[in-house]
Amino acid sequence: MTLAEMILAAHCGKERVSPGDFVEVNVDMVLSNDITGPIAIREFNKIGVSRVFDPKKVVMVPDHFTPNKDIASAEQAKMVREFCLQQGCHYYEVGRVGIEHVLLHEEGLVAPGEVIIGADSHTCTYGALGAFATGMGSTDIASAMATGHIWMKVPDTIRFNYVGEPRRWVGGKDFILHAIGDIGVDGALYAAMEFGGGAIDHLSLEGRFTMANIAIEAGAKAGLFYADEKTVNYEKERTQRPFTANKQKTDAEYTRVVTYDVSNLEPQVAFPHLPSNTRPVSQAGNIKIDQAVIGSCTNGRIEDLRIAATIFKGRNVASTVRCIVIPGSQSVYMQALKEGLVEIFIEAGCAFSTPTCGPCLGGHMGILAAGERAIATTNRNFVGRMGSPKSEVYLSNPAVAAASAISGNIISPEDLQ
Amino acid sequence: MKTGHVYKYGANVDTDAIIPARYLNVSDPGELARHCMEDIDIAFARAVNPGDFIVAGSNFGCGSSREHAPLCIKASGVTCVIAKTFARIFFRNAINIGLPLMECPQAVDGINNGNQLEVDLEHGIIKNLTTGETFQAKPYPDFMRNIIQSGGLIEYTRQKLAAG
Repeated sequence: MTLAEMILAAHCGKERVSPGDFVEVNVDMVLSNDITGPIAIREFNKIGVSRVFDPKKVVMVPDHFTPNKDIASAEQAKMVREFCLQQGCHYYEVGRVGIEHVLLHEEGLVAPGEVIIGADSHTCTYGALGAFATGMGSTDIASAMATGHIWMKVPDTIRFNYVGEPRRWVGGKDFILHAIGDIGVDGALYAAMEFGGGAIDHLSLEGRFTMANIAIEAGAKAGLFYADEKTVNYEKERTQRPFTANKQKTDAEYTRVVTYDVSNLEPQVAFPHLPSNTRPVSQAGNIKIDQAVIGSCTNGRIEDLRIAATIFKGRNVASTVRCIVIPGSQSVYMQALKEGLVEIFIEAGCAFSTPTCGPCLGGHMGILAAGERAIATTNRNFVGRMGSPKSEVYLSNPAVAAASAISGNIISPEDLQ
Repeated sequence: MKTGHVYKYGANVDTDAIIPARYLNVSDPGELARHCMEDIDIAFARAVNPGDFIVAGSNFGCGSSREHAPLCIKASGVTCVIAKTFARIFFRNAINIGLPLMECPQAVDGINNGNQLEVDLEHGIIKNLTTGETFQAKPYPDFMRNIIQSGGLIEYTRQKLAAG
């Protein structure tokens, strides 16, 4: 079995499962946020049970429009807060909250071998730990909050092997954008993407979170990595719960195996308006930008901020650019302070904010006007994603975003003076 | 049988196009419907009539998990969405909330913007009244049919819990 099949089989009480099987799986964590939580609560209340199945396995993270951007958002956040207080489930208030997909693994709420479902499409992030994690809608979440299980169709698995040693400034974001550029935004529709190979063994957990996070942008149900020593050490520092680090089996059957040699891979830039519209940064041409955003559930972890700070140190953001740096959580924020990264950002002329999804989805904290262009370390560049339907978003890794903020045009860090 | 007018779009219609995130500070379906499809078709929300159809290419509903997307299409009065393929989360959400979907690549190729359709949801039959062509959509898996027949996932879950 593949990693996805092993985890799903273990959660539906079967020896084996095969792609296409419909199974009822037990869930280890059920997540929602300040946008999807209110609908989940409304639907939960129609089911006729008064309590969630297990408050320790339900978490709501108000991260999208927080700190509340307007009265309507405040009402939604209030509904989530009151439900969590009443039910006793996990809840993080502003001041402790981070972006859900940076926070949950930091807090040890997700672990290898588990099934995690969330009313947020980037729930697939936890596949980096070797969990089966997938996004669903609010009604699915409501049903799982009541029962502790959910139906799933066992997905096919596509295996992606990354070999070779990557060049400087090339990381997880480039690995995954390159794959999405290759297979397309529906290239892994309904499938699990399983990542491995020598370049993955050497990739940090942060890099793996970034890759698993955007598996959804290829249409995938999940993006998974086998838990290795790095994963087990990471997890043991964060949770007392027992967990299962599945090992790769020789009988795994894949619908397709794709191998990428990353030795000559350049940093990738996804042009508007699809994440699959990728080009190597050297072929970006002359693209002038008005804004750079460094952060999000994709690239808002400490390693991402360290990379950006390396570029900003002793340099300034171009006078024509607004650069917004957003740590993914309070602990990332604190670590960035301790390491002097925040000072570097502020001296360079960046805005540094409290954790929020904010501009990534065009919520707040960096909305684009008509005709404006942004480079962003976020995950989507759809029409209107960061503001005006006449604006443009280019996706990249943190090094390219920082270098572009300094230059005013999309450039490679190699080309900085 | 349901008849209505077609609004046709291309491939990869994403959930930000169906309902931009700037409107997600509310979850009332009627309120959301006022902005349905706004960023790719500003005229849609005002022009659409109850019973009309959305027809689109592959990967309809890709992107975010926001259930607001199928909710606002349903609240617009759209009978069903016909596409070559649907993105996974959108598909689940639509089934769960009771927005019918039909997967039929041939129909999508044989239907143009503004055509009149007649659709038999139960049997998956799509008739293009403008051209006279008829198409058969892919049937739902039995498992999903149970959810649809229960009236959506919440009712399905309620019945299952009540049965113990």
